[in-house]
Amino acid sequence: MALPFVKGRSDELIFRGGTGVFAVVLIALVAAIGVELYRQSLLSIREFGWQFWLTDTWDPVAGQFGARPFIWGTLYSSILALIIATPIALGIAIYISELAPVRLRRPLVFLTELLAAIPSIVYGLWGIFVLVPIVRQFEIATPEWLKGVPLFTGPPLGVGMLAAALILSIMVIPFTSSVAREVLKAVPQAQREGAYALGATPWEAIRMALFYARTGIIGAVMLGFGRALGETMAVTMVIGNNPQITWSLYAPQYTMSAVLANEFAEAAGDLYLHALVEMGLVLFVITLIINVISRSFIWSMARQKQSRLVKTAAIKAAA
Amino acid sequence: MRQLGLGVALLAAVTAAACSGSSQPPASQSSGAAGSARGAAQITGAGATFPNPLYSKWFSDYNKLHPNVEINYQSQGSGAGIRQLISRTVFFGATDGPMTDEQLKAASDRILHFPTVLGAVVPVYNLPNFSGEMKVSGPVLAEIILGNIKKWNDPALAKLNPGVTLPATDITVVHRSDGSGTTFIWVDYLSKVSPAFKSKVGVDTSVSWPVGVGGKGNEGVAGLVRQTPGALGYVESIYAQQNKIAYAAVENSAGAFVKASVDSVTAAAAGAAAQLPDDFRVSITNAPGADAYPIASFTWILLYENPENKAHATVMVDFLKWALTDGQASARELGYAALPRAVVDKEMIALQKIRLQ
Repeated sequence: MALPFVKGRSDELIFRGGTGVFAVVLIALVAAIGVELYRQSLLSIREFGWQFWLTDTWDPVAGQFGARPFIWGTLYSSILALIIATPIALGIAIYISELAPVRLRRPLVFLTELLAAIPSIVYGLWGIFVLVPIVRQFEIATPEWLKGVPLFTGPPLGVGMLAAALILSIMVIPFTSSVAREVLKAVPQAQREGAYALGATPWEAIRMALFYARTGIIGAVMLGFGRALGETMAVTMVIGNNPQITWSLYAPQYTMSAVLANEFAEAAGDLYLHALVEMGLVLFVITLIINVISRSFIWSMARQKQSRLVKTAAIKAAA
Repeated sequence: MRQLGLGVALLAAVTAAACSGSSQPPASQSSGAAGSARGAAQITGAGATFPNPLYSKWFSDYNKLHPNVEINYQSQGSGAGIRQLISRTVFFGATDGPMTDEQLKAASDRILHFPTVLGAVVPVYNLPNFSGEMKVSGPVLAEIILGNIKKWNDPALAKLNPGVTLPATDITVVHRSDGSGTTFIWVDYLSKVSPAFKSKVGVDTSVSWPVGVGGKGNEGVAGLVRQTPGALGYVESIYAQQNKIAYAAVENSAGAFVKASVDSVTAAAAGAAAQLPDDFRVSITNAPGADAYPIASFTWILLYENPENKAHATVMVDFLKWALTDGQASARELGYAALPRAVVDKEMIALQKIRLQ
């Protein structure tokens, strides 16, 4: 839907050119980041190849670097955070956009968005001093019969995957719920009125609105996921920073962004530095892949909707 | 790597320009060298975080004595300091662990080490219902960190602490998750006293830990230790003293149990001074001497032997001479252990190696 181009108007030309340049700059920037990450990690890529993705040892002394436990920790913590945050965030969004009394809406919106404005280091400190002791009490109180389950093995340290997932979910909630709220707001009022006119209860009408807005809601969830993947400071303060692959929620683990933040400043050897930059590259690639998957998922859903609309139109026309 | 360094420098320059908030054009920031002809000098350095409180005080005190000299120090970590010195982004570097031969080779010219002050690392612990003074030895610490000693009432620990009952609590090992000179000193000591630790873990600012949890920074480790009953970790001695965290006495090479203090740390340096190499690149962990605290280290300022900017070099040599003499008093005030006389004398001679012409 390109705008009609008015010939001979220099301001139009500048406007068009200027915005075009901005769009290109952004793409170029992303490409430049990828290229630079690759260039700065060449030593490590040559030394370890694909083994970098597949091995578990991270030993700066011996010069052995493998990213697998960090990849695991990043994905595991983000997925856990998503599982915890999504229902809560959607609940908040639905309540605010569909059910809350009008004078409650504004303060609720303000408060959820305030959560997003808190710096992550503050979340981290709160995590260490408030959340971790609570999690430890919870871990100590684990009933015996649960301790055999792989999710709940290990000593009650407080710091670990559970604390990290909880803090991440709190940080993700405002993002997911804000976007989901906007998406729900965009559902045409006629849809709801139609549902009510057909005798739907509020719950049924909301379900219809959710279904109508599903692509946008998945987008909101993916935005939260992306945020969880990259979160660094708060996570490193509560996750325990021990690179290991385990299902246990109690075990200390490690994430890619956390190891970058922790070790970059003091890394001295060339191979060590390149391995750290390659870790950044791995994170970059994984984020890219997840974004592409979620985008294509949303597109395919949008296409289905379109084709169904076309089909119904065709049926109507035939009738 | 060079680009990275450059990026950091650019960022630093921009921040400096922004922070100064003056009407001067940013160009004047980098033309400090030209300005030095009139006697004004702006020198930048980067490196270790451990001596940062002291260096800040030194640079500001020195600035009061010599208002035309401004030394800017960015405490970004020893590794970053070494990198930026090698790429000549900064005029001087600072590090908690001596540069390796490899790193020295990577530099385009000879780099000299100058010890400025001493630091120590202490084993901190959290044992509720234990009010006595914990005594540990290097080999036992190494076994704990390796995960071979798992409980506080292990016979090896009980033997070192006769007459007190140690609880049967599990030991939770806490370490630094960020690369750090503190870690370097800690593992350097453990590697010296335990061959098993040396082969399994080794020495660096970040290592691969067999067991335990990682906290970020001294405050992260201290926070974890404080909250976890049965925890054992390590922090800088100044941090433990200021925050009143219980720390153990460590058995030194003479068989005496010594707690870290400015005197016992200086004693360690004095014990090691006898065999001090000419380039000052030496570890003084497990130093000889009955009063010596065994987990101690120098921290160094790094300078090129033949610096490009002679005016800056003259200033830095003069600054170091001041820091090594008058400056040592403020070191003590801030809790850092002062250098022993013998080391200072040797450094004064070494400072003459820097070519000022």
